[in-house]
Amino acid sequence: MKLSFSELSARERVAHLLDAGSFTEILGPAERVVSPHLAQLGVPFSFDDGVVIGNGTLWGSKVLIAAQEGEFMGGGVGEVHGAKLVGILRRAVSTRPAAVLVLAESGGVRLHEANAGLIAVSEVMRALLDVRAAGIPVVMLIGGANGCFGGMGLIARCADHIVMSDAARMSMSGPEVIESSHGVEEYDSRDRSLVWRTTGGKHRFLMGDCDRLVEDDMGAFRAAAAALLGDSKALTLEGLLAEHAMLAKRIECFGDCHDALEIWQRLGVEHAEQVTDMESDQMQNLLSDNAMEAA
Amino acid sequence: MMAPDRIWNTQAQSRARRLARAAEALGKSGIGLRGKQVAADDTVKLLTAVLECGDRVCLEGNNQKQADFLARALTQLDPAQVHDLHMVQSVLALPEHLDLFENGIASKLDFSFSGPQSARLAKMVSAGRIQIGAIHTYLELFARYFVDLTPRISLVCAQAADAQGNLFTGPNTEDTPAIVEATAFKGGIVIAQVNEMLDHLPRVDIPGDWVNFVILAPKPNVIEPLFTRDPAQISEIQVLMAMMAIKGLYAEYGVQRLNHGIGFDTAAIELLLPTYAESLGLKGKICQHWALNPHPALIPAIEAGWVQSIHSFGSELGMENYVSARSDVFFTGADGSLRSNRAMSQAAGHYACDMFIGSTLQIDLNGHSSTATAGRIAGFGGAPNMGADARGRRHASPAWLKAGAQARQGRGGVHAMPRGQKLVVQIVETFREHMQPAFVETLDAWKLAEQAKMEIPPVMIYGDDVTHILTEEGIANLLLCRTDEEREQAIRGVAGYTPVGLARDKRMVENLRDRGIIRRAEDLGIDKRQATRSLLAARNMRDLVRASGGLYNPPKRFRNW
Amino acid sequence: MEHLKFDFAGEHAPQNFKAILVGVVGSGNLEVLMEPGADPAHCTISITTSARGFGPIWEAVAQNFHSQHQLAGVAISINDMGATPAVVSLRLDQAAASLSFTAGPAL
Repeated sequence: MKLSFSELSARERVAHLLDAGSFTEILGPAERVVSPHLAQLGVPFSFDDGVVIGNGTLWGSKVLIAAQEGEFMGGGVGEVHGAKLVGILRRAVSTRPAAVLVLAESGGVRLHEANAGLIAVSEVMRALLDVRAAGIPVVMLIGGANGCFGGMGLIARCADHIVMSDAARMSMSGPEVIESSHGVEEYDSRDRSLVWRTTGGKHRFLMGDCDRLVEDDMGAFRAAAAALLGDSKALTLEGLLAEHAMLAKRIECFGDCHDALEIWQRLGVEHAEQVTDMESDQMQNLLSDNAMEAA
Repeated sequence: MMAPDRIWNTQAQSRARRLARAAEALGKSGIGLRGKQVAADDTVKLLTAVLECGDRVCLEGNNQKQADFLARALTQLDPAQVHDLHMVQSVLALPEHLDLFENGIASKLDFSFSGPQSARLAKMVSAGRIQIGAIHTYLELFARYFVDLTPRISLVCAQAADAQGNLFTGPNTEDTPAIVEATAFKGGIVIAQVNEMLDHLPRVDIPGDWVNFVILAPKPNVIEPLFTRDPAQISEIQVLMAMMAIKGLYAEYGVQRLNHGIGFDTAAIELLLPTYAESLGLKGKICQHWALNPHPALIPAIEAGWVQSIHSFGSELGMENYVSARSDVFFTGADGSLRSNRAMSQAAGHYACDMFIGSTLQIDLNGHSSTATAGRIAGFGGAPNMGADARGRRHASPAWLKAGAQARQGRGGVHAMPRGQKLVVQIVETFREHMQPAFVETLDAWKLAEQAKMEIPPVMIYGDDVTHILTEEGIANLLLCRTDEEREQAIRGVAGYTPVGLARDKRMVENLRDRGIIRRAEDLGIDKRQATRSLLAARNMRDLVRASGGLYNPPKRFRNW
Repeated sequence: MEHLKFDFAGEHAPQNFKAILVGVVGSGNLEVLMEPGADPAHCTISITTSARGFGPIWEAVAQNFHSQHQLAGVAISINDMGATPAVVSLRLDQAAASLSFTAGPAL
């Protein structure tokens, strides 16, 4: 019986991802650690500032978890929201869970909080890298309808692993921003199919920007996360240089492409035009003859 | 005694003169007529030749398809040569439809629906640039084409034509048969724009004998997807109302034949059939026969075996292959594609359906329902035909008899005669967007009538036709009301926290509830907390595509994956 | 933003419970936090809302909720972003449904 990840709230996702009843929330809504900025702007705050953090177990292993609520301020990272993310990441270094799971759904910095939000994003990045340096994997689970954009997109790519559903998107600039900067001929943000070809889970998977592609189902996310427990990827200079080389090669191979379809064709995907309508499990075999090595 | 000097075939003579002028004008240009085909570049020349001042002209102008090339050509006429045209058309959809009046080419208008042009239409009417004859429903306008609004020239659009002028109108046949029949058989001239010329048509929808000229348009004609609703936008409250509709109305009356007005409320009902209605054991007992466009939201119910037949007013973009693959359900031609027919579907919706259910913008204390807003002349479309008791109906069905019996229970005089009644249901949330109440003391229709100098306020569905009002607060059964006061309190009793609802007489409303005139979700045995989106058989566009086995191909704007 | 507060004398005190949260502060939506209240004989409802001028409707909704449930020893806090009364009532009912009573009211 399928249960859609994208349809659930952050709180519900946590409850269904972890082992039943194992979740203990930290800084929950009753503690009312709320945004100090939104009230001044006449905007309602949320008791948990749009992010649920805490600890629990997954297949019996201890994990720490954070889940962003995409419906509240677009999941934007504000001062308190960011501090909760930083806090749970710092706790990981001392309690050493099998993984930190981050259910990311965000437009990036919460613009209402301006610099406080920007600083928060950079603090989250620093804290995430500290967790990785301690040998604890950080796993991003991206499956919400709002996707993972802006500063959160940057944070996601700092993690050890990214699991995406094909309904999800991950990028830096949002489609409307690209359109207003470069014009509608270059990028029509109302062409949703184009937006998903550019930033959606399938494209990210084929490009190697996410390492697992699952269907929009809590069970699939749970299984994917469980398989990544303890799977820490060392942060080394060599690794970083290899990443840079991969990115340079990417521009070399695909820099003149005009659409993801062309990229997929060059990757050696047969029937690239059918990719958009494929289910996630059909995608797994497409890269067996991959012309391009993922990082 | 025969009138000695009267000539009795002036219309035929006029047609002959116009056709001769066309032949001359086109022959002169050196391009000329090939059979019935006229070059696109000669369209303005053709129209100038066949039209005369004061002519009644029908322009398609359908709900979905538009003869956009011909509309544009019409706006390019010289108003000094052709003016004071009387336009008769179903829908004012394109800017060109109103440009005709701005340019001084047309001066009078009879129509049914104006959708996107409603605000501009209102402005032009108040500025005196357009004289409106009357606003109709679709079937009513078609009917007048055969009485006193017969077009002299009809400008239609089709998918394809052959050299003999036979037309293939395909899935979006819509209004064309009614228009062409009226025009061709009363001395009129029919001009069609087509997307392609073929040696052999997939099927003949309009015989070439009825068509005078065919023009291959430079671009395919515009078709709008109007009946596609993304399930992702259906709310929990709409799911709750859909549950109440299914249990409190469809099951209660045993509704087998119906029409759904377009909207998210009815889309929610369609998506609850294979799930919630299935759990109530209703398959086969309700919803088997529809007068309905091919709604994508009905796909899961069709696939689950709920539906025996659907006759459609028009098509719906993206549904063509699905329809062709389900010919047991839809009306299709020998070529396999849908054959729609607005006039016939309207008649089916009026006479052959036991229930209409649709949404609205405003309801007053008598149950009069209107979508009129000040500053916009939108018209009626087809809803009033569906949303009205068919007093000419004679054949019985259980739902029709039950409704009629409830309306007449305990009454005497002329109302003592047993007869049936169509279920006409208005389904609406008590508050619309921006907390606008749906229930009002005075409809905006009154203000619009004053602004636009209408003879009567434009009411979409009259209160004496409305049998039930369904909101998130419950169902009011107006059939059982016997006094104006009961009716008013029954309406207030489901009007929620709107000013109309808050002003209810609480004791009377409780009494009405005891008598079953008002039924709340609890009275129907519905637990409101079960009203979640997970009850929907499809929750997004992609789910609909999957349910159709990949046959449904949504238009680009709906493809969010 | 508007702040409203209602205080009702109630009858049915739920068994000891941990804070309950339903809903999300999104457009047209609200979150309802239900906690043990300071006064064991009263039910309080505190509302923070971005919609202005709907005080009488909030009062009617709160009154109807209380008439139906008659909760005591409960504090309800709401953050609202323009939800219709239908959605507000739904969320309140969802929150109340999580409570247990030794001899409960018919919900």
